[in-house]
Amino acid sequence: MHEMSMAQGVLDIVLDYAAKNEAKRVKEISLLIGEMTGVVFESLEFCFTSLAKGTIASEAKLKLNLVPLVGQCPDCNWQGHIERYNFLCPQCGSAALKVISGRELRVEYLDIE
Amino acid sequence: MEVQVMEDILGKNDAQAAENQKVFAAHHIFALNLIGSPGSGKTTLLERTIAKLKGDLRIAVIEGDLFTNKDADRIAAHDAPVIQINTSGGCHLDAVMVAEAMQKLDLDALDLVIIENVGNLVCPAEFNIGEDQKAVVLSITEGDDKPLKYPLIFKESAAAVLNKIDILSYTNFDMESAEHDIHCLSPEISLFKTSCIKGDGLDAWCSWLKNAVAEKRK
Repeated sequence: MHEMSMAQGVLDIVLDYAAKNEAKRVKEISLLIGEMTGVVFESLEFCFTSLAKGTIASEAKLKLNLVPLVGQCPDCNWQGHIERYNFLCPQCGSAALKVISGRELRVEYLDIE
Repeated sequence: MEVQVMEDILGKNDAQAAENQKVFAAHHIFALNLIGSPGSGKTTLLERTIAKLKGDLRIAVIEGDLFTNKDADRIAAHDAPVIQINTSGGCHLDAVMVAEAMQKLDLDALDLVIIENVGNLVCPAEFNIGEDQKAVVLSITEGDDKPLKYPLIFKESAAAVLNKIDILSYTNFDMESAEHDIHCLSPEISLFKTSCIKGDGLDAWCSWLKNAVAEKRK
């Protein structure tokens, strides 16, 4: 249940930004969650709802944006989705493939009023 | 009104982990985050490692455990300093817990700190605690499919220890398949096949640790 720690992280960020912008209510929270992260979204949502009770984010809807796992090869410039967690370049076999997305755990934006 | 944020959910933990890393670096200590399932043999591997290396390196252990001191007692029996963290049910160590434990160690008198995480292949993979490297322990009885089922920890680790190879012939563990999957996940990973009972592979594992400590001292 590390989603509880993550939900606390989300709530801390949300309340901080809401206060800075003098929000009365947080309506929506958009999250960027990478394909290669250990997060169960439903669990994160459940934990967030519990933690947000009594705050201005208690009614907020969590919006999930899944970010695909994309790699880029510095040797042959291949770029694409990494299939079956195979981090060897599918074009040239290089072991130097860089992950350019898919590890995100980020609050993207808030909708407040 | 829409407000752009773009902040990392684990940003606070990552900031504390960076602080821990600075403290380790200031003392030229190599810090290893040891991760694996319950029963994979993490503590036994540590016991064997300490016995082999204690003449060469000054080692301390931070033990993560849900509720008990059982593992810490085992390490203490080898005359190595050990600090217990009880997470009270928490599924992973975080950087704040490790920062508190670090304060109880005499860091000037150490070369290597091994932090044994809570037994779990999922949650600890996401939480940096200030380590230089992660190492994952997978035992033969868990099955050769686990690297692909828990890819993140294998991707994040600098070393993988395939443990309990002494019982390989009694299982249907496909070594070739496991090695292939680990290699695809992490082409640069250092792989060790060990038996903590028979002693296989422990010299290679200990050499890897000694090299890592030597690199950190430079």
